Amino acid sequence: MSAEKFDIHYVANLARIALTPEEEQRLGSQLGNILGYVEQLRAVDVSGVEPTSHAFPLVNVVRADVRQPGLETEEALRNAPLKANGLFMVPKIVE
Amino acid sequence: MPHRLNISELTARLARRETSAREAMQSCLDHIGRVDSAVKAFLSYDTADALAQADRADREIAEGRTHAEKPLLGVPIALKDVLCQQGQPLNCGSKILGNYRSPYDATVVVKLKEAGAIVFGRLNMDEFAMGSSTENSAFFTTRNPWDTDRIPGGSSGGSAAAVASNECLASLGSDTGGSIRQPAALCGCIGVKPTYGRVSRYGLVAFASSLDQIGSFTKTAADAALMTQIISGHDPRDSTSLNEPVPDYRAALGNDLRGLRLGVAKEFMVGGLDPEVRDSVDAAIRQLQSLGATVEEVSLPHSEHAVATYYIIATAEASANLARFDGVRYGARVAGSDPTEMYERTRGAGFGAEVKRRIILGTYVLSSGYYDAYYLRAQKVRTLIRNDFLKAFEKVDAIVSPTTPTAAFRLGEKTQDPLQMYLSDIFTISCNLAGISGLSMPCGFTKSPKLPIGLQLLGKPLGEPTLFHIAHAYEQATGWHLERAPLA
Amino acid sequence: MEYEAVIGLETHVQLRTRSKMWCGCANEFGADPNSNVCPVCLGLPGVLPVANDEALRLTVLTGLLLGCEIPRRAKFDRKNYFYPDVAKNYQITQYDQPSTRDGFLEFEFEDHLERVRITRAHLEEDVAKNFHFSRESGVDFNRAGVPLLEIVSEPEIRSAHMAHAYLNALVEVLVHGGISDCDMEKGMLRCDVNVSVRPRGTTTLGAKIEIKNMNTFSGVRRALDYEIPRQIAAVSRGEKLRQETRRWDDDAGITEPMRSKEHAHDYRYLPDPDLLPLEPSDAWLAEVRSRVIELPLARKQRFARDYGLPAGDAEVFKGNLTLGAFFEQAANGAKNPKAIGNWVINNLAAKLNESQSTLADLKFPPAALRELVELVESGKISTKIAQEVFGDMFTSGKSPTAIVEEKGLLQVSDTGALETFCDQAIAANPGPAQDFRTGKMAALNFLKGQVMKLSKGKANPSVVGDILERKLRA
Repeated sequence: MSAEKFDIHYVANLARIALTPEEEQRLGSQLGNILGYVEQLRAVDVSGVEPTSHAFPLVNVVRADVRQPGLETEEALRNAPLKANGLFMVPKIVE
Repeated sequence: MPHRLNISELTARLARRETSAREAMQSCLDHIGRVDSAVKAFLSYDTADALAQADRADREIAEGRTHAEKPLLGVPIALKDVLCQQGQPLNCGSKILGNYRSPYDATVVVKLKEAGAIVFGRLNMDEFAMGSSTENSAFFTTRNPWDTDRIPGGSSGGSAAAVASNECLASLGSDTGGSIRQPAALCGCIGVKPTYGRVSRYGLVAFASSLDQIGSFTKTAADAALMTQIISGHDPRDSTSLNEPVPDYRAALGNDLRGLRLGVAKEFMVGGLDPEVRDSVDAAIRQLQSLGATVEEVSLPHSEHAVATYYIIATAEASANLARFDGVRYGARVAGSDPTEMYERTRGAGFGAEVKRRIILGTYVLSSGYYDAYYLRAQKVRTLIRNDFLKAFEKVDAIVSPTTPTAAFRLGEKTQDPLQMYLSDIFTISCNLAGISGLSMPCGFTKSPKLPIGLQLLGKPLGEPTLFHIAHAYEQATGWHLERAPLA
Repeated sequence: MEYEAVIGLETHVQLRTRSKMWCGCANEFGADPNSNVCPVCLGLPGVLPVANDEALRLTVLTGLLLGCEIPRRAKFDRKNYFYPDVAKNYQITQYDQPSTRDGFLEFEFEDHLERVRITRAHLEEDVAKNFHFSRESGVDFNRAGVPLLEIVSEPEIRSAHMAHAYLNALVEVLVHGGISDCDMEKGMLRCDVNVSVRPRGTTTLGAKIEIKNMNTFSGVRRALDYEIPRQIAAVSRGEKLRQETRRWDDDAGITEPMRSKEHAHDYRYLPDPDLLPLEPSDAWLAEVRSRVIELPLARKQRFARDYGLPAGDAEVFKGNLTLGAFFEQAANGAKNPKAIGNWVINNLAAKLNESQSTLADLKFPPAALRELVELVESGKISTKIAQEVFGDMFTSGKSPTAIVEEKGLLQVSDTGALETFCDQAIAANPGPAQDFRTGKMAALNFLKGQVMKLSKGKANPSVVGDILERKLRA
């Protein structure tokens, strides 16, 4: 959990964020500090404690299987940076 | 000058035909023209659309529509740039969305429109609601209307500054760790963070889904009750929205606090607290006692871990929530030779430093081998924090504290040290972790310079009526809310 | 050394719902690109998912059909990875608390019953569809957010052939159970294969190699027929295989490493904060349980047992639910269900096929077929006449008895009338009559045919044979 173990290059790659070397340097040390700060949680006794994922204990919230109108194709593509023939265009995907 | 009015005053005048919605809207626009170059609350606003909405409201009033039917008919209200309004820009204070315009209305926007409000203007914020000063906006920093060398707070800094400077009658913001209450405190208005699930999040761009909640900024407690009334309620589009009836919040307003039990958390009244803030809060507590409330000490022993817990949970959720900003379907794409390169360049160029910092932190705490040590553990500590509150609320009806440790700080004062910035949210964060209700209201000023000080009230889950009751009574007794900023 | 393959299948099927998993867009194949989309399935800023109740029911129903445990609590998680077909860049799935787990699939394979354990069947969302052009790719989000069930088998499959049998059996269960149409041409069913090899008799698993991009069941078989020998050859040469993902190239008939999957995945699962846990109530489970159907295999076994059908006939009804139901109604109380089965399979099915109609269009009830068979069984009409009656039933819907009476088709067994016909036939055909007398037995059939002709087909052939023989030998 210490800063030395923090491989910013690996994590930035997972997050798909290009960082300049300066950013890597600065973020690395800032995140090291923050991770040092959150170390305090290690000292909390959480044995037998259930994790909280939701602030309110609701269950089984569903919708009926009913069709609703969506967006017209033109509207759906309106904000697209690049579009053609009704498709969102991206650089060629290599599988 | 209708822009100086609060909602109750404006609607009363509209009903008596003493002013028109168009006049009110124009008055706000004129005032924005005068002061916003200094306050810088608005990222943009659509004058033609605002006036068209005002004219529609006037026609409805002329046709006999009343404010009993449409409580916000003709009232100009602005939105934090994280709430979707159909056909209007949505940037979340970021460069990454480019020229994006939302094809749909957030549920709260639908509700405001149904209530007759004139919904106009995009208010500045910290990028993706990550920050406490609006200094993380990709566009510019909003200034505190009480002192333009100081920050308005954040992340909903534009929403707070716009109301505090009378640029609109009320506004909406979002609160993930204090992003409504902290700027409300620093700008001197009333900011409400409703119970998690009380207000639909549909159309709120998610930062941390399990903590985010939409709330209002207003000039009075009565207006806060009204705004919360309008935006609350179950929404089938939000699975986490509560299917509970919305009580009449305005019926809860009173001047008498007899029988109310208030708690003061001992953990909130220590270290780092500015003496003037402490004095104001102490005086406020005495005032509440004089109105009939009893006060006792309560303990929230795990709140010391709230900031650490918050920064793990919020960043982890954010790392997933912000993954969709990739330049494929929308946003400012930076070209690449393959999708991965395009993502990395788009996100590298589109996100600011704080957003990158949090996404990377959140990615890290979820990454292989670290989940249990960070995320799962934080969720367990979250349970302990929530349990502390539920236990305290067995004894008291509400908890009183300062909203912030200090009044508004100077621009640039904390930008170099993210951790210090995070710690300025120390009193507000646990409310979101516990999912309870909270608000901040003015309770005095520092002497020199004169800067607002905020009093935070924390209530039970769905305890909003109690908060509005206390706030209204306190406001009536003190009149702090009537003080106006120099730029108002 | 002899090696054996260890194969596990991950089968993805689109659930048969009207709307998508999290939004009201149509779950429909073949629409124009990006025409079944909305802010939710496009992953626009600010949207939230709400779970489709029917998809949850179909998931649990699948679990029940596969003998799975239905846990009291399930949840949805986010699986984070960036890909242009994933709108949110995370896929909502069920990670550590799926809606069903620990079941099995039984199927016939090489003349015995196989049982492959099912690890889990969990609910997730489908991704968009990518189209590849020369320099760019295009994305259509119509498929994004369609409810998708992932059915994971234990690595208990031993051969390409067995994998094929498993998939066919699974499809039968899913189609008959109303879970999915499983139309592979429409991409409703896709599967990934995990395969490794090990020396026969050992129990440790070799490096797991995943194969993707098989679009047909025969593709799965061919991919395994290529991949298993490839791995065995490599291991035999002393190579150490490493875990990897390979892509099946159907045209070339080979598997090859996938470039995009070089890095080990770090999916950073987290519980989806936008979706609440699932805790199926007893009442809800009972409703789902009421939709459980008899599995095709169980049905085949029952048909063979209860109606004495030959395996081939029972197999036909296993694969055709409505035809089987028709058969059961017709066979109900019948003396010779086997004959009814024969009629249903050989005549009815053919007739339906030839007239391009379905059982729903059929004009006569199942009991009428039973009546027809009984007319034959009791000797009232000949099999040949029965064909004619059946044709009439099919077009008019009249009862067989009515048709027989109307047309006077009752078989003539009255020896007086038949004697006359026989005399006429012998007189008119002296050549064949002589042939029979000189020992050419086949000539009798010719004369029999002549008598049938004279009787307009109504003569009872065996009685005619007896009379002719008697007369000719006299």
